[in-house]
Amino acid sequence: MAIDVRIPTILRPYTGGEKAVAGEGSTLATLIDDLEARHPGIRERLVDDADGGADLRRFVNIYVNDEDVRFLGGLDAELSDGDQIVVLPAVAGGGLDHQ
Amino acid sequence: MLTIDSATRDAIIAHAKRDHPNEACGIVAGPEGSDRPERLVEMLNAAGSPTFYEFDSGELLTLYKEMWAKDEEPVVIYHSHTATEAYPSRTDIGLASEPGAHYVLVSTREHGNNDGPVEFRSYRIVDGVVTEEEVHVVPSLDDPNSPEEDA
Repeated sequence: MAIDVRIPTILRPYTGGEKAVAGEGSTLATLIDDLEARHPGIRERLVDDADGGADLRRFVNIYVNDEDVRFLGGLDAELSDGDQIVVLPAVAGGGLDHQ
Repeated sequence: MLTIDSATRDAIIAHAKRDHPNEACGIVAGPEGSDRPERLVEMLNAAGSPTFYEFDSGELLTLYKEMWAKDEEPVVIYHSHTATEAYPSRTDIGLASEPGAHYVLVSTREHGNNDGPVEFRSYRIVDGVVTEEEVHVVPSLDDPNSPEEDA
C-alpha cells in the first residue's frame, strides 16, 4: 500500500532533499513509523511524545486529501492506498514570547 | 539582502496599519529560486491577537497548493508587532520554518492605525539563528537601472 507524502522544505534534510516520498500505513501513526524507518529523525519533528502520550506537534499541519488530519482523528486517522498526504509547518509567531 | 519594490513594501505597511491593534501577516510569493518577491498575499490572522499570529490551516494549504501549481515559493513571510520593535521574538524564532524565506517584521507600536513612519526590517531565521539583512527598496523589480531608495 503506497501513500504519497509531500515533505516541506524544512524536513527535506531527512529525505535526502526529496520533495515527496512514499510510505505505508493503515493509520497516520503507522505511516509516520514507516517514514521514520526510511528517514530516521523525521518522526520527532511531527510527533510530540511529551506528557506520556504521542500527539501531533501543535505547529505542524498534516492534511489527508486536503483535510486537516486534526478533524480526521489525528494520529488515529485511517488511511487508504492512494491517499495524498501533505505536511506543512504552521506559519505562526508573534510579538510576545510564548515559548 | 532583501530587494523589494516600493508598492509591495507600502502594501505590507498598509496591511499592518489596517489590522492594528492585531498582528497582520502574509507572504510575498515569487518564482522558485528567483528571490523575487512578486505576488503579495495578505493572510487572515487566525489567532486574531495583538501578540500572536497564525495562518488558518485550511488557508495555509490552499496557499501552498497555489504556489506549487505556479512553481512559486514564499520569498517573504511578513507579520507585524504591535507593541514591540520589529525584531523576531523567541516565538518567531522557534516557529520559523522556511529557511529560504526573508522574514519581514513591521512594527506599528508608534503610530498604530495612523499615518507615520513604520519600522520595516528583514531577517533570515535558520536553525534558530537570526541574521538581520539590508532592505533594498526599488521602484520596480524589473528595472535594474531604476534609481534606488533606502528603506
